[in-house]
Amino acid sequence: MLVTIRDLWLEGRSDETWNPIINGVDLDLKKGEVLGLIGESGAGKSTLGLAAMGYCRDGVRISKGSVSFDGIDLLTASAAVKRGLLGKRIAYVAQSAAASFNPAHKIIEQHIEAPTQHGIMSRADSEQDGMALYQKLRLPDPDNIGFRYPHQVSGGQLQRAMTAMAMSCRPDLIIFDEPTTALDVTTQIEVLAAIREIVEEYNTAAIYITHDLAVVAQMADRIKVLLKGDEVETADTRTMLSAPTQEYTKSLWAVRSFERPLKAPVVAGAVPVVAVKGVDAAYGKVPVLHDVSFDIHEGRTVAVVGESGSGKSTTARCITGLLPPKAGEISFGGEVMPADYRKRTKDQLRQVQMIYQMADTALNPRVTVGNIISRPVQFYSGLTGGALRKRVDELMEQIELPAADYYNRLPSELSGGQKQRIGIARALAAEPKFIICDEVTSALDQLVAEGILRLLARLQDELSLSYMFITHDLATVRAIADEVVVMKDGRVVEQGPKHDMFTPPHHAYTDLLLSSVPEMDPDWLTNLLADRGVDNIGDAAVDKM
Amino acid sequence: MIFESFIGNLATLLIGIAVLGYVFRAVGQRVTQNAPFFRDMPYGVAFGYVLGLVILIWLVWGFMQSRSEDPMIANKFFFLGIAIQGFIGFAIAAWLFRLLGRAVGTAGSKKLFRSMPLTASFGILVIIIYIFLAVFAGAIAPYGQEEILQGVAANIAAGGDPALGGHPDFPLGTDQIGRDIMSRLIYGAQNTVGIAFVTTVLAFLLGGTFGFLAATLGGWLDQVLSRAVDVLMAIPSLIFALLLMTIASVWSATLGIPLTIFMIVIIAVIDSTRVYRLARAVGQNIVVMDYIEAAKLRGEGLGYLMFREILPNATAPLLAEFGLRFCFVFLTIASLSFLGVGIQPPLADWGTMVRDLAGFINYAGFAPTASITPLLAAGAIALLTVAVNFVVDWMLHKSSGLKE
Repeated sequence: MLVTIRDLWLEGRSDETWNPIINGVDLDLKKGEVLGLIGESGAGKSTLGLAAMGYCRDGVRISKGSVSFDGIDLLTASAAVKRGLLGKRIAYVAQSAAASFNPAHKIIEQHIEAPTQHGIMSRADSEQDGMALYQKLRLPDPDNIGFRYPHQVSGGQLQRAMTAMAMSCRPDLIIFDEPTTALDVTTQIEVLAAIREIVEEYNTAAIYITHDLAVVAQMADRIKVLLKGDEVETADTRTMLSAPTQEYTKSLWAVRSFERPLKAPVVAGAVPVVAVKGVDAAYGKVPVLHDVSFDIHEGRTVAVVGESGSGKSTTARCITGLLPPKAGEISFGGEVMPADYRKRTKDQLRQVQMIYQMADTALNPRVTVGNIISRPVQFYSGLTGGALRKRVDELMEQIELPAADYYNRLPSELSGGQKQRIGIARALAAEPKFIICDEVTSALDQLVAEGILRLLARLQDELSLSYMFITHDLATVRAIADEVVVMKDGRVVEQGPKHDMFTPPHHAYTDLLLSSVPEMDPDWLTNLLADRGVDNIGDAAVDKM
Repeated sequence: MIFESFIGNLATLLIGIAVLGYVFRAVGQRVTQNAPFFRDMPYGVAFGYVLGLVILIWLVWGFMQSRSEDPMIANKFFFLGIAIQGFIGFAIAAWLFRLLGRAVGTAGSKKLFRSMPLTASFGILVIIIYIFLAVFAGAIAPYGQEEILQGVAANIAAGGDPALGGHPDFPLGTDQIGRDIMSRLIYGAQNTVGIAFVTTVLAFLLGGTFGFLAATLGGWLDQVLSRAVDVLMAIPSLIFALLLMTIASVWSATLGIPLTIFMIVIIAVIDSTRVYRLARAVGQNIVVMDYIEAAKLRGEGLGYLMFREILPNATAPLLAEFGLRFCFVFLTIASLSFLGVGIQPPLADWGTMVRDLAGFINYAGFAPTASITPLLAAGAIALLTVAVNFVVDWMLHKSSGLKE
């Protein structure tokens, strides 16, 4: 056994007391084995991953249990012994490579630090080795990319460079902490393929932490499911996927089954709620959108899909009037809207509402939930006193958060999903016809995200709202969309009803997007690589278009 | 020669501490059989422990010296003795005050005091005492601030011991024209602290409003305001204030407006530039938040954006700056008064008091009770500055802790 954790209890300090984070978890890892750790946020995945390195973040302590690595007890080992292990035999790959690289040093400088510090290689050898690793991880221009600064390479490349850095001493164990969560699907697949290949080649053991089941299915030999610091179950990947024994695991697996029934096609000649016609937009002199056109009809959801930088959010900014387009027009119920939001009337502003991706920054942290929701009600309808309170109670009823419990809370006292619900209530408070949902579920756990999607679907049916649903997650599109607009580099590549979009033949780009979404089948990545070839996936394939 | 021997002594001392640090760690490891505390102790930390111990021993020795029978030795360590006594006295007072706060008051205030560090409770205690003195100066002070006491000698030393030039009726002595120092110190709290507070509030109103305005609107307004502030900040503030005060003293005579009003406005404008910079920087970080965008898209006006959406999120850094700025304003007023253009006599002011009696500081080596007179006012300034900073530190810590 490489890593043996027995009856490990971890506690975190908050509100002047120690609260449990991990309750008596056992973990075993053989040499060369990849263990997937999955669970919702707050399940203690990252804390457990770090504890496997014998490390605790500030404000966290190990209260009981043992962690041993290759026969060395990490909890009682001296600082000197641990220094000899970390970086050399145990390495860590963080979620955000952009935040983990030091922006002031070149990538290769940071790469060679561990080997030279541990006295494994000389500077020159280590640089050569770094370039070889970059080549293996299929980074473009491997001989020179290391001499760039972290901000000069893309997010996916940086994540691979970080994996190379973790590999620099050929460790026995790597902890991957959500290494692909912040990446686009087409970038993610490249990183996944690279990580898997290099881990197999050097027979490195790994703990792969993620909340994405489809990803973990591709990477792990065994999966351990955590829930609020308790182990739910552990089994090898195939058994776990085909026959989970616990209710919680089954519910995790079932999340992706939510799909709305097909709606009748739009009546020909009906006036769309929102019509975007030939919109061009630019940030300063940099053009971002080119001739974007699509319609959104009453009671329909149009999903706008694309990678980051494809112009999805910019389109939303044009519709809301935050970024007046250079050309083209946006009409609302047949009537052309002023391009600048400052020129729109109060009633026009009321009609278009927005729900944001990050509920943390979308709600004022110093304002109570009740005031957040009552402000738009009061602002648009002029209700005051008891009538206002009654309307707010109604809205909170609609988003399934009873006013009695939540009215006086601050956003910091809510969970991520609850915050997102407050964001929805704030949009509803204006009684709009049209709501823009900008990646509303991408920051949420899958179970919570599903709840939000169901809520949005219900509200649409009850209030016949129209949604523009911006997302990069095709599973979400499948669940909620009626129509799909695929965007790339500021252009609409393909659009049509969902049913048509998900059945071949596709536009080449749509095909690539669809094929890059990980599936639950553990052989998916292997098959895809066999089908397409390693150089024909992800961003490499996008570049060839 | 003296200098050389000083260097030699210092070197010996440092080498001694270095060796002792090494021995301390080694013995610790041996005795505790490699407990993690000693095993993982870096050498620098061991050195620090020994250095701290040496300083502590020296302080205790110095305190004993200050109680010595021989006045020659005792005088040398007089101020060290007072400092140690004051430190311990204030620590005990702060501790008792915190105990009181935990026992009395509402549930909210009790909770506040429970998590309060001793430094913060010291700061709050001192600020409360100052406020009390400033408000009730007229009732507390035994004499008037301008009152030249008839038949009382000038320059009575502090301490109230006639053998050392004191007088029991004037425990803190009298100044060069026979006014009671204690009364003037108490009135000084009213004048200096009161004026400093008004000035700081004015500076924050000006700087905060313009800063938020620049952050929210941006564009040319931001450019104009920011460049204007740059120009003001490019001029050394004390010299600028001196210059303006000289001009104002002419105006005040012709217009009949008290010079103090001019001083408040001048210092407030100069200090508002610093507040502007902070408010603008903090505001800019807040205006990019999605909730501001949501409010803009709702059609909210500028006032609502600035005061209901931005201000509540900027209070923590602004409050911290308020504490610091208050200290700076306070010191500027004291400096101006010391230079003779600030608060005008016969009003009592701590800065003026230091200047008027500054000559006595030369006697510190052999007649500490005589030299303490100017230092009392300086000490009053220092104490308030330290207290305000402690409270501000604590508030900052608390507000950043809440965010997590």
